[in-house]
Amino acid sequence: MIRIDAVTKRYPDGTVAVDGLSLEIPDRAITVLVGPSGCGKTTTLRMINRMVEPSEGSILLDGQDIRQQPVNTLRRSMGYVIQNAGLFQHRTILDNIATVPRLLGWSKQKARARAAELMERVGLDTSLAKRYPYQLSGGQQQRVGVARALAADPPVLLMDEPFSAVDPVVRKGLQDELLRIQDELGKTIVFVTHDIDEAVKLGTMVAVLRTGGRLAQFAPPAELLSVPADPFVEDFLGADRGIRRLSFFPSTELELHTAPVVAIDAGTEKLASGGEAAPCLLVTDTDGKPLGWGAPDDLAAGAIDRDRLLPFGRPFVPGKDSLRTALDGAVLSPTGWAVAVDEEGRAVGVVSQQMIGEAIRAAHAEGRPDAKAAR
Amino acid sequence: MNVLNFVHAFLSDSSHWHGYDGIPTRVGEHLHYTLQALAIAAAIALPVGLVTGHTVRGGNVLALVATAGRALPSFGLLVLLFIWIGFGLLPVMIPLVALAVPPILVTTFEAIRSVDPSPVDAARGMGMSETRVLFQVEIPVALPLILSGLLTAAIQIVSTATIAAYVSLGGLGRYIIDGLYQKNYEKVVGGATLVAGMALATLAVFWLVSRLTVSPGVRRSS
Ligand SMILES: Nc1ncnc2c1ncn2[C@@H]1O[C@H](COP(=O)(O)OP(=O)(O)O)[C@@H](O)[C@H]1O
Ligand SMILES: [Mg+2]
Repeated sequence: MIRIDAVTKRYPDGTVAVDGLSLEIPDRAITVLVGPSGCGKTTTLRMINRMVEPSEGSILLDGQDIRQQPVNTLRRSMGYVIQNAGLFQHRTILDNIATVPRLLGWSKQKARARAAELMERVGLDTSLAKRYPYQLSGGQQQRVGVARALAADPPVLLMDEPFSAVDPVVRKGLQDELLRIQDELGKTIVFVTHDIDEAVKLGTMVAVLRTGGRLAQFAPPAELLSVPADPFVEDFLGADRGIRRLSFFPSTELELHTAPVVAIDAGTEKLASGGEAAPCLLVTDTDGKPLGWGAPDDLAAGAIDRDRLLPFGRPFVPGKDSLRTALDGAVLSPTGWAVAVDEEGRAVGVVSQQMIGEAIRAAHAEGRPDAKAAR
Repeated sequence: MNVLNFVHAFLSDSSHWHGYDGIPTRVGEHLHYTLQALAIAAAIALPVGLVTGHTVRGGNVLALVATAGRALPSFGLLVLLFIWIGFGLLPVMIPLVALAVPPILVTTFEAIRSVDPSPVDAARGMGMSETRVLFQVEIPVALPLILSGLLTAAIQIVSTATIAAYVSLGGLGRYIIDGLYQKNYEKVVGGATLVAGMALATLAVFWLVSRLTVSPGVRRSS
C-alpha cells in the first residue's frame, strides 16, 4: 500500500502545489486523482516516484519510507506513463518497450521477447515492432507508453493524464483496454486526470483535489456521485450526476416483457395478442435480431413493411449494461420502450421508461450500488 | 582568360602530382591540420556543450564565449602568435581551434537543450541515471544538430587552414600564396579549387556519418 502522509509541496517560487495531503492508496486497485487544472495532481503523482521531493511529510510504500531505497531502484519498480507517451523517437517500438528490462540488466533477447509479449497484451499488432514512434497514431503511441511502463512487471503504475491528448473514441478504447488489463494484472494504479467522467469510469477510489492542493473528497465513485462532500465537489461533478450514478446500478433486476416481441414471419393472431402489454410491437428478423417497432393494427392488417417500422434506439444487454444504458435506450426509443438483447444481439424482451423508473427507485431504496456495473 | 582552363591546366600537369609540392602531399597536410584542429575543438566544445545543454545551466556565459570566439580575426591571431611563439604548428592550431569551438559549442548546447522534454521526463521516471539520460535519450535525438555544428566547424577549418602557408607551413594555402607571389594564376586558381573540393568532400563525409549514426526514427520525425 502507498500511504501519503501529511505531504506538503512548496516550490522554490513559493507556490504551494500540495497542502497537507494524506491519502491511503489501496493495493491492486485504480486510485484516481482528479481536480481542476493546477490543483496539484501531477505534483502529487511525481512525489510518489520522487520526481518531486515533498517539502514536508512522507510517503510510505508497504510501510517503508520511499526515501530509504535508491531513487532509481524505486522508479524501476513503478511504471510511469505520461500524457504524450514520451516515447524515444530513435528507438523502435520493441526497444522502447524493452527499456526498463534492459535497465534491470536483462539480455537484449529476453527483454525483446518480453516486449513482444506486452505488445499483444496492450492490443498492439506485433507487426509494429520494428516501426519507429513517428509511424504510429497518437492512440497507438499511448499503448506503447503503457506497455513500456508494464514491461518489467512493476507492482505500481503511475499514470499522468495518459489519455488526455487523444480523441474521444480512441480514449474510450484505451480506457476499456486499461480496465481489461487491470482485471488480468491487478496492479496498484495511481491515475491522474482532470476529466471527472474518466475518473468515475476508471476509479475504484477517487480523490477529488481542490485548487491549492487540498483533498476535497476521497471515496468510491458511486459514493462521490450520491453524496458529494461539499459544493465544490458537487459543482465539479457536473449537472447530471443523478443520471451518471445510474451507471453503478446493474440492469439485472429489470423485468422484461417478451410478449411484444414478434418475429417477422409470425402469424396474424400472434401479432394481435402481443399488443396487450405494450402499445407497439418489436419486430425481429427470423434470427431474433430486432428490426424496429410497428403499431399492432398496422401489423395485423397484413403485410409487415420493414421500411415503415420505427427505429428501436440503442439496445442494452441485461446484466452487462447498467440502468443508465437501459434508461438511455428507452429515452432514445420513439416508443419510450428500451430493447433488451443478449450478447449475440437477439431481442430478449422490452421494458418501458416507467418500469426502469421503478427499478431505479427500488435500487436507490436498497442503497449500495454495484460498482461493477459501471463497466 | 578562363578559370576553368586554369583549373584544367593545373590539374592535368603531371608534375603537380608528385614531390613535396605535389597535390597529394599538400592535400595530406591540409587534411592533417584540419583533422587535428577539429579533434581538439571537439574535445573542448562537445563535453562543455553536452553538459551545459543537459543541465540547462551556463547558457549566457556560453553565448558570450561563442560571440567572443567568432569576433577573433584568425589571420591577425596567427600573425600575433607567430611573432610571440615563433615557427611551428601551434600558432596555426590556436586560431583554427578558436574558430571551430564556437559553432560546436553553441550548436551542441542548443541541440541538447531543445530535446523534447517529455521523453527525458519519461526516462528519468523509469529510473535512468543522468548519464544514461544524456547518452541514451538526449544525444541520439540531438545528433543531427550536433553533427551540423561539427560540419560548420569542419568547413570553416578547411577554408581557413590555408593561413598555415603564411607561416611557411604546407597545406593547400601554399599554392595560393606561392602562386600570388609568382604571379602564377593557374596555381592560385588550382589551389582554391582544391580547397573548395575538400570542403565538398567534408560535406560528403558528414552526410555519410549522419546516415550511419542517426536513427531512422530521428531522421524522419524531425
Ligand atoms: N516546477 C514548478 N515550479 C513552480 N511551480 C510549479 C512547478 N510545477 C508546478 N507548479 C505549480 O504548482 C501547481 C500545481 O501544479 P500541478 O501539480 O502540475 O497541477 P495539475 O497537475 O493538477 O494541473 C500549479 O499552480 C503549478 O503552476
Ligand atoms: Mg498535470
